[in-house]
Amino acid sequence: MPGQYETVIGLEVHVELATRTKIFCGCSTAFGGKPNTHTCPVCTGMPGTLPVLNRQVLNYAIAVGLATHCEIARYCKFDRKNYFYPDNPQNYQISQLYLPLCRNGYVDIETTEGTKKIGIHEIHMEEDAGKLFHDEQGSCSLVDYNRAGVPLIEIVSEPDMRSGEEAIAFLENLRTTIQYLGASDCKMNEGSMRADVNLSVREAGSNVYGTRTEMKNLNSFHAILRAVEGERARQIALLESGQSVELETRRWDEDRATSFPMRSKEDAKDYRYFPDPDLMPVRVSDELIEKIQKSQPELRPEKKARYQREFRLPDYDIDIITGFKHLADIFEETVAICRQPKKVSNWLMGETLRLLKEKDMDSEDICFSPEHLAGLIDLVERKVITSTVAKEVFELMFEKDIDPEQYVEASGLKTVRDENALQKAVEEVIASNPQSVEDYRNGKEKAIGFLVGQTMKAMKGQADPVRIKEILRICLTSANVL
Amino acid sequence: MNILSMTAVELSRAILAGRVTAVDAMEAVFDRMESLEEKVHAYITADREAAIRRAQAVQERIERKELTGLLAGVPVAVKDNICTEGILTTCASKMLSGFVPAYSAEAVYNLEKAGAVLIGKTNMDEFAMGSTTETSAYGVTKNPRNYDHVPGGSSGGSAAAVAAKECFFALGSDTGGSIRQPAGFCGVVGMKPTYGTVSRYGLVAYASSLDQIGPLTQDVTDCATVLEILASQDAKDSTSISRDDTDFSTALVKDVTGMRIGIPRDYLGNGVDSDVRNRILAAADVLQKKGATVEEFDLKLVEYAIPAYYTIASAEASSNLERFDGIKYGYRAKDYDGLHNLYKKSRSEGFGAEVKRRIMLGAFVLSSGYYDAYYLKALKVKALVKKAFDDAFSRYDLIMGPVAPTTAPKLGESLRDPLKMYLSDIYTISANLAGLPAICVPCGEDSKGLPVGLQLIGDCFQEKKLLRAAYTYEQSRKETCGDARAI
Repeated sequence: MPGQYETVIGLEVHVELATRTKIFCGCSTAFGGKPNTHTCPVCTGMPGTLPVLNRQVLNYAIAVGLATHCEIARYCKFDRKNYFYPDNPQNYQISQLYLPLCRNGYVDIETTEGTKKIGIHEIHMEEDAGKLFHDEQGSCSLVDYNRAGVPLIEIVSEPDMRSGEEAIAFLENLRTTIQYLGASDCKMNEGSMRADVNLSVREAGSNVYGTRTEMKNLNSFHAILRAVEGERARQIALLESGQSVELETRRWDEDRATSFPMRSKEDAKDYRYFPDPDLMPVRVSDELIEKIQKSQPELRPEKKARYQREFRLPDYDIDIITGFKHLADIFEETVAICRQPKKVSNWLMGETLRLLKEKDMDSEDICFSPEHLAGLIDLVERKVITSTVAKEVFELMFEKDIDPEQYVEASGLKTVRDENALQKAVEEVIASNPQSVEDYRNGKEKAIGFLVGQTMKAMKGQADPVRIKEILRICLTSANVL
Repeated sequence: MNILSMTAVELSRAILAGRVTAVDAMEAVFDRMESLEEKVHAYITADREAAIRRAQAVQERIERKELTGLLAGVPVAVKDNICTEGILTTCASKMLSGFVPAYSAEAVYNLEKAGAVLIGKTNMDEFAMGSTTETSAYGVTKNPRNYDHVPGGSSGGSAAAVAAKECFFALGSDTGGSIRQPAGFCGVVGMKPTYGTVSRYGLVAYASSLDQIGPLTQDVTDCATVLEILASQDAKDSTSISRDDTDFSTALVKDVTGMRIGIPRDYLGNGVDSDVRNRILAAADVLQKKGATVEEFDLKLVEYAIPAYYTIASAEASSNLERFDGIKYGYRAKDYDGLHNLYKKSRSEGFGAEVKRRIMLGAFVLSSGYYDAYYLKALKVKALVKKAFDDAFSRYDLIMGPVAPTTAPKLGESLRDPLKMYLSDIYTISANLAGLPAICVPCGEDSKGLPVGLQLIGDCFQEKKLLRAAYTYEQSRKETCGDARAI
C-alpha cells in the first residue's frame, strides 16, 4: 500500500544574481552574446590571474538571506571545489562550504492544512561554469566561457517538504521574494533559477529518514512535480519488493518522464574543498546588514496588504497579481495612468495569463507597456472599440507592444455608430435566418442571442451588441419589415 | 666607463645625467651574456633585438623627460613565472611551452612605469618547486661563483643573472625561500617583502598564501629602491594591502644603535655547516660593534615549520596547478582517447617529477578523511609559528641567522634525496608561514670560496628595520673587506 509512505523532500536551488558584472571579474553577465565575448583572463582561468569579489554579489546574497529570515554570518569564506571538467576554466569552482554567508532561515508556504514553515539550511555564494557544445559528429567539443563566473547563490532547504506541491509552493515563494528584491529574474526557462530535488520515502509516522536520491536536470515546475511523483513511486516500488534505495544522483529525462542514475555513492567525487587562498575572508559589518535591511523593497505580504487598502481588489486578484513582481509592476504602473484597478486586474488575470500559458512564457517576458494597456482600457471605456475588438488588439500588443490607439485608427477597427449601416446589417441577418426569426416570434427568447451573434459577425465585431439587440427587437416586432 | 660595474641606482643616475643611454646598458648586458650565458644559463628567454627596441623606446622617453625616476633605463631580468605581455612565460615547465600571456604582472607593470627595461625571462625550478633550479624543463642554471655548483632555487636564474652581471637587478618570487636562498648561494641581495606588499597579479601561483614577489639586487640600496617601485596596493589582488610606509630608501641609514637582534639557537645548531655558522657569528659581531645587541634565544616550533610548510604549499599547489590541463593553453598530449585520457596524458607528459610529487602530496592532504589530520593541522601549526614570531618580536627588532644550513651544493646532488632538499629550507620557510619580511645579504665565503648568506627576518611591515640593519652591515663590511660585490 503506497499510502503508508511519507515523501521527504529537500531542495537545492541555484539562483543567478542580477549583477551587471561577474562575481570575480568585470565581465558582463548579459545573457546570450557570441561565444567567449564576455570573458577576460580572470574568468578564463589564465595563469597568474586572481579573483576579486564583486561586492554587489554579497549585497544581493545578504538581501535574500534577510528576506528568508536567515542568520547572516559576520565572517565567511570562499572555498575551492576541485574537479576537472572543461566548462570550469580553473578546474575548481569557487564556492562556500565551511563558512557560508547565511544559515538557519525559513520561508512560509501555504498548504491545504494552513501555513507551514520550510527551513533553509544555508545560502552560499558561488560562480557558474561555462557551457559546452558537443559536435554532433563527435569529433570535438567547444566551450563558451560567457557564463563562467556569473554569480550564483545556492539555497539549501531543510528536508521539510512532504509533497511535490509543497516543493513548488516553496520554490514559488523563493522566486517571488527574490524577484521582489531585484536580486534575480528567476527565469527557470533561461536557467537563472534551477532546482535539484533530494527525495526519500519512509513509513508514515517514522522519524528516521530513508535513503535519499538527488535528482538533477529539472527545468520547470512541471518537471519537478513529475519527477517527485516518479521518484517517490520508484523508491516505494524498490522498498516494497524488498530492495533498498541507493544513495545516488539521478538525472531526470523530461521527454521519457523517467530518471537515470548519474553517479552512485561509490564513485562520488572527492572535491577536496579547502579555503581559497586568493580571496580574503569576507567580514560583514552590522552597518552593512542594517543598510541592506533598511533598503529592502516592499515584499509580497506588505504589497498584498497595500493592494487591499488602496485598490480594494478581491483577494483572488491580489494573490495572482502579486505572485509575480513584474506583473505587479505592470499593474501598478497601469493603474497610475488609468485609475481603473479592477479593469487592469481583469486584463492581467484574464488575457495576459492566458497568453503566457498558451505561449509557454514567463511573466518576466511580458513586453507591452503600461501606457498601451491603459490606452486600450480607455478605448473600451470610451466605447471607441468593443471588447471583442479589444481582445484582438491586445493579442498584438502582447506580441509586439503596438500602440492600440494608432493601430485601431489605422486598421479601421472603431465601433460602427452609423445607424443606417447597423439597420442594413440587421435586416440582412433577419432575411437570411428565417428559422431563428420564427423561433423568436414563437416566444423563444434565446433565438435573439443567435441573431445578435450573426449580426456582430457580419460587422466583424465592430458594433455595440446592445444597440444591435435593440435594433433587432424593433425590427422583429414591427410586422412591416418583412 | 665600465657600465657593468655599476649598481642599478648608479646606472640610473648615469642614464638620467646623460652619461650612458638605456641602449648602451642593454647592449652591455647582452655582450656579457654572449660570453657567459653558455656557462651560466640564467635565462630561458632573452631576445636581444626586442630588448634593444624596448631600451630605445625608454631612452626616447627619458630624453623627453617623461621618465625622471630611479630605474629609468635600467635593464631588468624577470623570473619566468611572472607574466610578461607578449613574451613567452613558461614557469620552466614543458606544460607552458609556447604560452604567451596577453597581460603583464602588476609588478612588471610597476617596473615599466618606472622605466626599467625588460631583458628577458630567467630560469627557475619548474613552477617554483625546488631549491636548486635543476627541476627546470629548460636545462640547469649554474652558480656563477662556481659552475660545478647550483645557484639555489627556485629563483636561481634571477640570482645567477645578478651575480654574473647579466642584468642590473632581477625579480624573483619567494614561497619558502626562493628569493633569499639563491641570493645567498650566489652572493647577492634578495628580499621577500611582507605578504601583500607586492601584488601577486600575474605571478603564476605556486602556493597563493605564501607566494610573494621581491627583488634580487647587487646591494641593499638597489634592493630598497626596487622594492619601493614594486610595492603597491592592487585592486586586482585581494590579498594585496595598502601601505603608506613604502619609502624604503629612507631606511638606508648606517646606524643600528639600540637595535635588538635575536639569533634562534636552532638556527646555529645541528646540521649547520661550521663555515656558515662562523660567518653568521662574524656578522653578529659586526652588527654588535655598530651598536646593536645580539643574543641567542629559543624560537619555538622551528622543527614543525617544514612539515607544515610542505603540507600547505603542496595543498595549494595541487589546486593552483589544476588549470594546466591541456585544454585552453600550454602543452597537450599528441594522442589521447577521450577527455579523461587527454587530461591524464597531457599532465603526465607536461609536468616534471618534482611538480607531480607535490601535486600528489597536496591532493592527498586535502582528500576526504585526511583534510583534518594534515591540512587543518598544518594551518594550526602555521598560526602557532606566527605566534612564536610575535613573541620573539616582542623582545627583538630583528631575527638573524643563516639563509641555509650550507653553501650551494654541487650540481646533481640535491634531487637524489628530495627530503634532504626540503629540510634545507628550514631557515627560510618560517617567514613565509608567518607572512614576514626577510632579507638575505652576502656575509663572506666558506672554505671553498662559495658565498654565505646572512638572513635577517623582521616583523610584518618592518622592512625599514631590515633594510637599515642590512645596509649598516653591508657598508661596515665594505669598510673592512673592500667591495663585497666583485666576483
